[in-house]
Amino acid sequence: MLRAALLHLVAGAAIGALMLSAKGIRALAGALALLPAHQELLLVGWMVQLVLGVGFWILPRLPGRAREADARSAALVALLLNLGVLAAAVGDVATWNAITVAGRAAELLAVLLFLRIAWPRVRRYGMAV
Amino acid sequence: MPPLTRWHLRTALLCLVLGLTATLLNALPAVASAWFALALAPIGIHLLVMGWATQMIFGVAHWMFPRAGKDRTFGSAWLGWTAFWGLNVGLLLRVVGEPLAASGRPVALLLAGSALLQLGAVLAFALTTWRRVRAA
Repeated sequence: MLRAALLHLVAGAAIGALMLSAKGIRALAGALALLPAHQELLLVGWMVQLVLGVGFWILPRLPGRAREADARSAALVALLLNLGVLAAAVGDVATWNAITVAGRAAELLAVLLFLRIAWPRVRRYGMAV
Repeated sequence: MPPLTRWHLRTALLCLVLGLTATLLNALPAVASAWFALALAPIGIHLLVMGWATQMIFGVAHWMFPRAGKDRTFGSAWLGWTAFWGLNVGLLLRVVGEPLAASGRPVALLLAGSALLQLGAVLAFALTTWRRVRAA
């Protein structure tokens, strides 16, 4: 997830660089239409994903089978979040609302799944597993 | 805390203050008709998202991510400092260039320079951090 977040950062920043340049170079004016993709890639693909990835790493681990189930769920979170970001970005730019909605739904599902995994791992000091 | 982290975190805090100042100014009716008013929203957003949040991530990641290689360093020093200076000089050029663009002045080189510096910064950070994202 952290490497995917880095890729979203680079892609989002590249779109942003194009858009900023377009403010001074008229030939690039069409790039301003990519704003929704720029926002999606950076806010969700980079920042939200980075936080989720670090959360999976840093939060106290659960033992045994719970840990294995967590690892499988983490893979599903990564898949749903990244597909969701790409779908929402494409849908927003192309104004295909159905794709945008599907993308956002996938992102929400990913976050809800993360919540289910992370909640029991948020524990006070000395708390028994 | 390594020097690069300290520079990133302190600069991030400055950007937080500046970004919130820009958003505050943007909300004041008295500023709405000023020549630079249209520039305040993108300046505020980018100071907060790039200058504060992303830069804070850069600084903490540089410090906290597992160190790679036999010598267990923090990664490439020149890539790290390129990321720092590229990000902040790029943002500074944007803070200067956006109001000028809003008032119709020719700022193509200034804004393109800002764009390339920030993109370069992000690439430098991604390159130096990639190896430090490892399986436990």
